[in-house]
This record gives sequence, C-alpha cells and structure tokens, in this order.
Amino acid sequence: MLLVVIEHDRGALAASSEEAMTAGRQLADRLGLALHAMTIGADADGLLDALGEYGAIAVHQAHAEVLTDYGPEAWGETVAQFVRSEQPAIVVACGTDRGNEVLAQAAARLDMPMVANVVEVIPATDGTWELVRVRWGGSLLERASLVASTKLITFVHHGVIAEPAAAAAVPRIEPCAPNLDATLARTVVRDRVERVAGVVLANARLVVGGGRGVGSPEGFAPLQELAGLLGGVVGCSRAVTNAGWRPHTDQVGQTGTRIAADLYMACGISGAIQHWVGAMASKTILAINIDPEANMVTKADYAVIGDLHQVVPAITAEVRKRKGA
Amino acid sequence: MFAVKVLVCIKRVPAPGARINITADGQAVDSAFLGFTMSPHEECAVEEAVALVERYGGSATVLTLGPAEADEQLRYAASLGIANAVLLPTDGSDWDPQRTARAITAAIVELEAAGGAFDLILFGNESADSGGFQVGVRVACALERPMVNGIKGIDVHDAVVTARRESDAGMEVYELPTPAVLGVKEGLNLPRYPTLKGRLASKKVSVVQLLPTAQHGGQQLLTLQRPAEQASRTVVLGHGPDAAPAVVDLLAELGLL
Repeated sequence: MLLVVIEHDRGALAASSEEAMTAGRQLADRLGLALHAMTIGADADGLLDALGEYGAIAVHQAHAEVLTDYGPEAWGETVAQFVRSEQPAIVVACGTDRGNEVLAQAAARLDMPMVANVVEVIPATDGTWELVRVRWGGSLLERASLVASTKLITFVHHGVIAEPAAAAAVPRIEPCAPNLDATLARTVVRDRVERVAGVVLANARLVVGGGRGVGSPEGFAPLQELAGLLGGVVGCSRAVTNAGWRPHTDQVGQTGTRIAADLYMACGISGAIQHWVGAMASKTILAINIDPEANMVTKADYAVIGDLHQVVPAITAEVRKRKGA
Repeated sequence: MFAVKVLVCIKRVPAPGARINITADGQAVDSAFLGFTMSPHEECAVEEAVALVERYGGSATVLTLGPAEADEQLRYAASLGIANAVLLPTDGSDWDPQRTARAITAAIVELEAAGGAFDLILFGNESADSGGFQVGVRVACALERPMVNGIKGIDVHDAVVTARRESDAGMEVYELPTPAVLGVKEGLNLPRYPTLKGRLASKKVSVVQLLPTAQHGGQQLLTLQRPAEQASRTVVLGHGPDAAPAVVDLLAELGLL
C-alpha cells in the first residue's frame, strides 16, 4: 500500500494534497501498489469524492478527540500508529510546512528515516532505495540512499502538476481510531487570526517583485499601483526586507514565500539563488533590470532592459490606456 | 518575575545567495571560495534568545554540531549576547538527520543533568543547506517535549509559550507548556548586529566540547549534483519605457489584463 497523508484546512482540500495524490499515484502505479489516502479529523470526511477523483481506492478517516484541529504531534502520532499496524510500503505527503512537519513527527516516533522534498524515487529490490531530493531550496540536488521498512517521503511542493486519475475511483471508507493521549492537545492550534480574504503572495496569479534597485520604501508605490491595477500583489527580495523597506511577509525566496504565479515581474532584482528558488515555480518570469547580465535577466523568460523607475510607470499607463479602450 | 533558560541550536552553512559549487567527488560543497554563516532562520532564533533573556532574565546557550570551524558561528552568537557555547565536533562530513538529532539529544540530556532543564529550545525551521525539516522535531520527540515548527512570533508567560505561525488562511496560534521546543523562521524578528564590545567579549567565551557518538540513520548522502541548467532563452521585449506595449501584450496573452 502507498498511503498519501492529506492536508486540509477544516474540511477544504489543500491544493498541495492534489499534487501529493498525483505524485503518489504515479509512484504506486509504477510499483503496483494500492493507492490509499488518510484524512485526519472529522472535518475532512467530506473529501472522499475529491480523493476518489485522484484515484484513491480507500480513504482512512482518522477520528479522535484531540483531532479537532491541526496539531503536529497528534497528526504525527496518528500516522505513526497507522504505520505500525498496517505497515504501508510508502507514506507520502507534499513538502509543505505541514506535510514535512507531520511526516517528521511520525518518523521521530517510529525512529525511521524521513526524506524531505523528493523529486525522484528509484526503487530497488534489495531494500536500499535511491532518491533524488532538493537542497538549498532547489539549487542543488542530492542523490540519497534510503533503507527503511516503510519509506516516509515528502515530494517537493510545485514539483508536479496536479492531475486527476484517468478513471475516478469510489474509495471505500476505512474508519481509523488512533489511541491518542490527551496530552497531545498541547500542540493543537488554539486560535486563529484570519487574514482578510483576498490574494496573498503564495496564491497570487501576478506578483510584482522589487529588489535593491527599487531604492527606498517609497520606491515601491509604483509597483503597488501596477499590481493593484492587475489584481496582483507586491513581493520583494531578502535585501529589501533586511533593509526594513518591506515586511518579511512580502519576501519571495528560500527563507520567505515560494510563489507559483502565472507571471512574476521581477523589478530591479539581481536574482541571487536565495531569491530565484522562491520565484522559480512561477509559470512565466519577466525581469526588468538595467543590467542585461543580471542573473534574473539571464534566467527569465522575458526581459525589459531599462530603469524600473521609468519602465513600471510606462507599463501602468499602457494598462490604463488599454483598459479604458 | 521569572527567568528563562534558552538553548539555540544552529548550523554552520555556506552564506546563502552565493553560487554553490560541488567538490570533484560530488560528496560536498566546495568551500574554497565561500564565506560561512549560520542558517538565516537560526539568526532569528539567536536574536530571540538574546531578547528573551534581556526581557526576563535567565541564560542563553548556543549549540552546534559541525567541524572545528563552527567555532566561528558559536562566537558570532556569543558576540550578540549569548553567554554559553557548546560544540559537538565532527570531521565536517554530512551527518544524516537521525544521527544529528541523536547527537544533539544526548548533548542536551548531558547539559541539563549538569545545569537544569532548558525552558525553551529553539531550532531553525530547516537548515539552509540540507533542508531536512526534521532535526528539531526528532530532538523534541526524544525529549518528550511539545514542538511546533514554522514559528514567526513568540511570547513567554510563566510556564506557557505562545507561538504564532503563518498559514494560507492567516495565522495559527499555539500555546505550549514549557519545557518546549520551537522551530522558527526568518521574519520572527530583525536580528541585531554585534557591537565592538560584544565581539571582544566573544573571544573570551569558553566553548564546551562534547564529543558526539551517535549512530547513523537510514538516509545517507550519495552524491550532490547541480540541476541541469536551462539554456538561456530570455526574450528581450525591449529597452526602457518603449517596451511597455510589448509587456502589456504579454499580460493580455497570459490572461492577466
């Protein structure tokens, strides 16, 4: 059995779990394993149909008192108990904050290895598998060996495009009642501060990013204007947040947010590796820079060579003209 | 008024942002032309430890597992105000996550037996280089302490640590009883720079050495490789403001107008 651990937010299936189901199904098909999914908490019971569309033949619905909301220890212990009793060949999740955390918690409890952010699995018959995983946020690849009775793996986020199964399955429901100590409630989410509904960096279709070349906090106003006009958001590089020009929540990069925009407009950004790995999952990248040799320019799909302080307002004016037409 | 005893675990890594080259045998990063630092998330963990001790009193300790050269990162943390430093020396080779966690756990047990329990142990969310996302979780689990990763806000009141983490929907709030373990992310705070006085004081800090003896885990590094570089195929849409119509054509083509 290959088990996919599903992430949801109080009943809404996470897009990252659609990726995990896709990567999990491809691997299960290659190895001739049955594709199962696990949902945690009663809120997730409504995910059955969606998981069937991705090919799950069984869904293990874990219910327990402390599973009212997300909690890394309770979720990890749930997965660990399932591994002990059912001994799946592979457990996968998407390499998100939660996916990596839950599998790490499970692995710690099982004293088993856990391989994070895998891009390729090379199974072997003798028990030693090889995997390729990303390091440095994706700028280096590591080939690693893995010996474990159950392979615990997260697939790198944005590494595959989610795709439902050719034929949807009608999964059977397998109730699962882990024996969870009440003390695990100590790491269950206690409260939430909801963001005002709207576009955020992680899910924006358009991100207008600014780097050191923007020059000042005030220099971001034209970027903000263009982003606002097109329903996008502003992002920035680490140099900008370290200078205190923008809040850290705006940072695109290895230590900030990984974006996956339809278009990323990188204005005055040199394109250090740390920034590039946060931007590279975008479908199209346009660099605006005075330096035609800048990393961001040479790696981008499109470039405008010029001063962002002139180019960005000109784009804004052109957008207004066409929208008015 | 209560005092807080904090431990920060850091890792020596090549300075992020630099182009990383690989040694000829593919086993390690070629460090000949690289500067080293601690992982960016851990710079924030160090800052938080210093700020907590300034606010509540108590003591802070920094610990690392790595080569003898990691003394440099321990002293940098000391220059910011961390009074105690511990090195678990290795030959500099890549230690797998289970082995690293076992060694750090053993060291913490030893330190706590001698000096009392740490109220709070801080890790970076993940190391900048290997990015295993698990050493802090494994240490917390072995010590049977609560642990949450991805933290960008910390408040300590008596025996409770309130920790905040960003999610797609907003902010999640956790309340952990101490002793607790947190994995923190950049954005938690804006780390300070060392003062001259701090730099001088850091030279006098005595670094405690505890020799790690932990066994290997089930994941081993075989080789490192660089991803296939895509041939540059940048389409230049134009120069200066005259390129605006071409950019807006692109926006229209992508359905963003």
